Formats: sequence, C-alpha cells, structure tokens
Amino acid sequence: MVEELNIEKVWELLNKVPDPEIPVLSVVELGVVRDVYVKENRAEVTITPTYSGCPAMKTFSDDIISQLKKNGFEEVIIHTAYNPPWTTDWMSETARTKLKEYGIAPPQGLAKNSLKLFAKNLPIPCPRCESTDTRRISEFGSTACKSLHQCNTCLDTFDYFKCI
Amino acid sequence: MTDKERLLQYCLRQGDTHIIFGYRLGEWCSKAHILEEDIALTNIALDHMGLGNAWLERAASVDSEKRSPDDLAYRRNEREYYNLLLAEQPNGNYANTIARQFLFDVYSVLYYSELLNSADDTLAGIAGKGLKEVRYHYKHSAQWVVRLGDGTVESHKKIQEAIDDMWRFTEELFEMDETDDIIAKSGVGVDVSGLKEAWKTQVSEVLEKATLSLPDHNLSRTGSKTGVHTEHLGHILAEMQYLPRAYPDAQW
Repeated sequence: MVEELNIEKVWELLNKVPDPEIPVLSVVELGVVRDVYVKENRAEVTITPTYSGCPAMKTFSDDIISQLKKNGFEEVIIHTAYNPPWTTDWMSETARTKLKEYGIAPPQGLAKNSLKLFAKNLPIPCPRCESTDTRRISEFGSTACKSLHQCNTCLDTFDYFKCI
Repeated sequence: MTDKERLLQYCLRQGDTHIIFGYRLGEWCSKAHILEEDIALTNIALDHMGLGNAWLERAASVDSEKRSPDDLAYRRNEREYYNLLLAEQPNGNYANTIARQFLFDVYSVLYYSELLNSADDTLAGIAGKGLKEVRYHYKHSAQWVVRLGDGTVESHKKIQEAIDDMWRFTEELFEMDETDDIIAKSGVGVDVSGLKEAWKTQVSEVLEKATLSLPDHNLSRTGSKTGVHTEHLGHILAEMQYLPRAYPDAQW
C-alpha cells in the first residue's frame, strides 16, 4: 500500500506545500527548495532563505517536515544553505502568472540590474488593469519580499514582489 | 589561540554587530514618523537579525563549549560581546539613526563584496546573501541622507550633527587586530583596513549630493574587539536577555 518513496515523489509532495504568506505559490515554485535527498524512508531537504531574516523560514521547515511525515517518511532532515543566494530570477513564468492572478505584481527585470543607487526603476504594471502608470508608495511592504504601489489609472493599491 | 577559537571570535564580531543593529532598528517599531519608515526600519532590522543568526550559527559550529546560536546571543555578558560600538549607539532622532545606518551600510556593501571570495564556503554564502540585502539598506539610508541634507534648514542641521557625532565610531570599522589579520591572511576573512579609502570616497559622494560636509574632527573611540563598550550596550543586553535568562526553559 505504501507508494515508493523516491526523489520525484518528494518534489511532488513539496510542490503542494504553500508559502505561508503567499499561498498561491508552493515552496518549490518560490525557489526555496534547493535539493532533495532520499534514502529509504529518510528524506533530507535543503532550503535557502528568501531573505536572511524571513520569519516564514521556520514555517517552511515545519510544513515540509509535516508534509513528508504525513506521506510515509519517518525521518526528515532540513538543511539550510545560503549559497547560491536566492533570487527572484529563479521564479518560473507559471509562478509569475499565479502571483499576478493573486493580485501581486511579479518581479520585473533581472535581479542583477535592480540594485543600483538612485537607478531609475522599471515600470511596474498594475496586476489588475495592466496600466504601467503606477507609482511606488513604499519600498518596504507587508513582508520583506514586497513593496507597496498604487495604480494611477484604476487607483487600486497593490503589492509588488521585489526583484532581488 | 587555536584556529577554531579565532574563527569563533571573528564570527562573533560580525554576528554581534548585526544582532545589535537589528535590536536598535527594532526599537523603532511603532514609533517612526511615517508608517512607510516604520515598516522599512523593521524590515531592515529583520535582515540584520537574520544575518546575525547566520554568523552565530557558523560561530556555534566551531565553539568548543558547544553553545547554540541562541546561547551565544542570550547568555553572553557585555564584555563578551564584540559588536562595533557604532551599532549600539542610541536611535536618537531620525537623523541620528539614518547617519548611523548610512555609515555602516556603505562599509557593509564593501565588506560583503570582498567576503564573497572567502575560502570558507559558509562565509562566502553569507556574503552572497548579505550583499543583496545590505545594498538596499544602503539605498534606503543614502537616500534619506540626501533627503535630510538637501531638505530644510532644520533637517540639514540635524543630519550634519548626526554624521559629525557618529563619525568617532567609524575608525573602528577598519581596525584590525591579530585575530583579524590571521583570518584575513588565511583567505577566510577580509582585510578591512583596505576598505577605508573606498568607504571615504563613497561617503563623501553621498554627503556632497546631500550638501553636507565631511566631519572636520578626528575624534575616535574603539574597544569592541576586546569587549569594551560604550555605556549603551549593557542596557540593550539587560532588556534583550531578560526573558531567556529569567525563564531558561522558555520556548517560542
């Protein structure tokens, strides 16, 4: 009755573990899971923090452990790796579309180009009406990974997933 | 001193600096002049706490007494803390906080850019992570230095006073002792004395944009490498460590 426990199975299970702050994305889609190792009924999962102080990291670990234990693994070990550092460049097109549909503007451009001082920011299209006539209200938003914007066309405020 | 003791000491210095910066910025929570800045400072505080934790994890991994990162943060006394004196300086008014952060942020970007090449994989990893974060910390504080300096007569005066006041704690950023020397020569750490010129150039550029001047005094105060602090650290630790010391079994 027990399904075979292999690496593919673990990835499949992890793809059902939602980000606690942005539940439309799984920890895999977010790029937080970096590596998986399986030996019999023991799994080791390497995760990397989005931001070094991200308060969701503990929840990520707990949710991953409980998801795998619920599905036949007896021992689950979580490793944390900082290298290579997490970047929004890892986020797939599907993940970006999901973010947008959820009402969060997905990261624009490439991370390596986005951090110059006094650099001109790329226009952030409004996730609701697509207008690029938007303005930033606050560089820091409700979580470390988001900033707060307002659309000048439909006047709605929205979160932007920062490009980092 | 053994290699491990040296690495422990080195990691504590960087980790403690981030923890204390994080603590100070956290004190702004619910007190900043506008909501956006309240969120900004607390977000930045979290980054510092995260980086501090990463450094203390590395420290704990070489600690012969087998202390955990939490033990290191909560069970050391003032004289066993090695954070930069700059980090523990009080928040004061907004200009004081911005000046303190700005002088450190410029340094941090230079420091982590160098640490990327560390021979220690964990430290190189922390540097890759840290660099992304301290860059936007720098962006935040530098933009405020310009806004305040090139703002009103009052804001100009306050940020200039704040820069002048914090200046005496900046010499310490570039100080090297025997531990730092050996760690840098082994390729694990950074020779920070070599960052001073680039730091001064970048600080000057932003100050000029902000219509501010470089301080004209050479007053300097150091001591953190041997755990000698200004009066402020003890007060921070008393508050920060109260709960875990009073209730050693407390769990989050």
